[in-house]
Amino acid sequence: MLSRTADHLYWMARYTERAENLARLLDVSYQMSLVPQSVASQNENWRAILALNSLEATFAQAYSEVNVENVLRFMVSDAANPSSIYSCLRAARENAHAVRGTLTAEMWESVNATWIEQRQQNFENILARGISEFFDWVKLRSAVTRGVTFGTMLKDDALHFIRLGGLLERGDNTARILDMQYHILRQNDDEGASDFYRWGALLRSLSAFQVYRKVYRDAITPARVAELLVLNMDLPRSLHSCADGIVRMLQLIANSASAETARQAGVLHARLHFARIDDVLGGGLHEYLTDFMDRVFELGDGISRDFLMPE
Amino acid sequence: MSADFYNEMYDSAGTLRPHYRPFAEWLAGMPAERLERKRVEADTAFHRVGITFAVYGEESGTERLIPFDIIPRIIPAVEWESLQAGLWQRVKALNAFLQDIYHEQAILKTGCIPPEQVLNNAQFRPEMVGVDVPSEIYAHIAGVDMVRAGAGESYVLEDNLRVPSGVSYMIEDRKMMMRLFPELFSRHMIAPVQHYPDILLDNLRTVAPKGVSDPTVVLLTPGAYNSAYFEHTFLAQQMGVELVEGRDLFVKNETVFMRTTQGPQRVDVIYRRLDDDFLDPLAFNKDSMLGVPGLLAAYRAGGVTLANAIGTGVADDKSIYPYVPEMIRFYLGEEPRLNNVPTWMLRKPDDLNYVLAHLPELVVKEVHGAGGYGMLVGPASTRAEIEDFRARIVAAPEKYIAQPTLALSNCPTFVESGIAPRHLDLRPFVLSGKRGISTVPGGLTRVALREGSLVVNSSQGGGTKDTWVLEN
Repeated sequence: MLSRTADHLYWMARYTERAENLARLLDVSYQMSLVPQSVASQNENWRAILALNSLEATFAQAYSEVNVENVLRFMVSDAANPSSIYSCLRAARENAHAVRGTLTAEMWESVNATWIEQRQQNFENILARGISEFFDWVKLRSAVTRGVTFGTMLKDDALHFIRLGGLLERGDNTARILDMQYHILRQNDDEGASDFYRWGALLRSLSAFQVYRKVYRDAITPARVAELLVLNMDLPRSLHSCADGIVRMLQLIANSASAETARQAGVLHARLHFARIDDVLGGGLHEYLTDFMDRVFELGDGISRDFLMPE
Repeated sequence: MSADFYNEMYDSAGTLRPHYRPFAEWLAGMPAERLERKRVEADTAFHRVGITFAVYGEESGTERLIPFDIIPRIIPAVEWESLQAGLWQRVKALNAFLQDIYHEQAILKTGCIPPEQVLNNAQFRPEMVGVDVPSEIYAHIAGVDMVRAGAGESYVLEDNLRVPSGVSYMIEDRKMMMRLFPELFSRHMIAPVQHYPDILLDNLRTVAPKGVSDPTVVLLTPGAYNSAYFEHTFLAQQMGVELVEGRDLFVKNETVFMRTTQGPQRVDVIYRRLDDDFLDPLAFNKDSMLGVPGLLAAYRAGGVTLANAIGTGVADDKSIYPYVPEMIRFYLGEEPRLNNVPTWMLRKPDDLNYVLAHLPELVVKEVHGAGGYGMLVGPASTRAEIEDFRARIVAAPEKYIAQPTLALSNCPTFVESGIAPRHLDLRPFVLSGKRGISTVPGGLTRVALREGSLVVNSSQGGGTKDTWVLEN
């Protein structure tokens, strides 16, 4: 298929996935902010969200203070913020529009409908209806688009590039959410009973709370949370599971230039597949996750070079 | 019913023309609510599929539905056959003319056409002189605008030889009619049109560069913001060829390649829906981001075929139009079967004087204009509009031609107030390939929906009708 077509499909999927994970991240942050704590430490958490996407400078241009409402407004519906949910959904729709002919009619209609509905909302009425309802809507729309994709697309390269983009984005986003929340949660370890709620909220944001109960049948501990989200092979949003999918997609789309990228994906996968959580935590989870994100970034580069923007 | 215009459905005595009789009987038996329901259904379906076109000059990103009318335009077989013969004759002559002016220029030497009219024309491409194109075909796709006027005689209004559009509406209109009123198709023998993309693809494959046995054809679009993007997507999908943009292609060793996820793939034939000026920034408009650097060089070397060829604009230019009958006599030794509209060329002082004295009755067009933009329809214009146009003509008369205002035929059409006559034209699509010339029966019928309006362009609020050629 045309490289440009693959590029649009890949980014359509990345932006759709990114919007969903942003909704997850903001939702968990919002939930946690409801647990009693000092205003200072709360605002610290919101500052961390900006730092996560290196958006401090962009934010400072339009807002004077870092607080719940400002950060939510900036990350949810600010069209001037290229990383807001609004901008991600717009970018997903623009990429889809450019390759309408390659998408099934249902897929196009789903992506387009999400964008049209989003455009009809503004931050005030999102707040008025309850921000969690909005986050649920974003997750649901993402699920609908994903469902229509799997339910209607021919299993050819177009689908493989869509899946590849989604998996790469999801792996990166899970690592980011975990990195940030793990850091904050460990700092506040002494706050006792609220711990359960905080770790619980993190798990829920990645749709992993019930899975945790099923897998461990035991109290929630930081090490087990990390193990589940990093190393569990069967949890759809774990790093391991994403790496697994990336390797498979790269096999399906391989070309004469892509051997090195496939090798790097294999290394990434092996490092997760054969790891033990004690070793991961021993070297520092933050270091481990940073290394993972760097490798995913490299893979993105390789995919772009080999398939999407060849010389 | 206005008696001043030829009506496609009724004769001047108000009697149904025979070829409309079965349809009219069917229509008379249709309850109004059912018709209304069907019209809504058609609207919804067109919207859902996204058969829209972008309108220039309105708020950015404006997409409009082209109104579709459920009363078809019906043409009897015998009439179509004579029309078709005329179209083939005309397109053959136009192709011969292009081959000639880019090679021997015999027609200029005889004085049939003043040489400066061709050689100084902005649409004449000196880059094409001496370049041989496969099968000597320049206009692979021609969209010839036909109207019926006066007592029913046909005229050619324009030969569109650059990137004529509208064929997707022809096909979608037919699909819609078959969906809404399948019973009509069992009552009539209506010649099918949906195989157009097949014939097009077949033609494009026959004009591939020499030595290519299994050519790769692509459709080159200016991109998603072009007004005809829907059509580009539609035709690429129907033909099963890649829809490419300039940035998807590159030229190496005078060969064109497209960038695919499996590496570079050679391209042999480009059905381009991009104007000459934007094709190659190295040769034409340097600022074009839409084209492919080096494309002209590859084309001239025979590494790739462009359809239509570069430089066809000189043959459909309004300043050349008056000479088409001469071309037919010169190249084919035949008398023209289709009428030209009498045309005043305002670069000629006598013509200019006459036209300036008769502006309120005439149609004045920019020589290089298209799409219904930049024209004056005298009888439909205010005094101020006419005076404004007069000033523009006086400032640069050579930029304009004028024609009598034709009493375009009309056809009953659904409008707000019920069924009323509206003016229409017909754009048949003529395809030329190595194996010869072909048309699918009929074409796109465009209808001016505003009462009294003679401008049928979709950009000016025109609609479309399904066009039926009845088989004997």
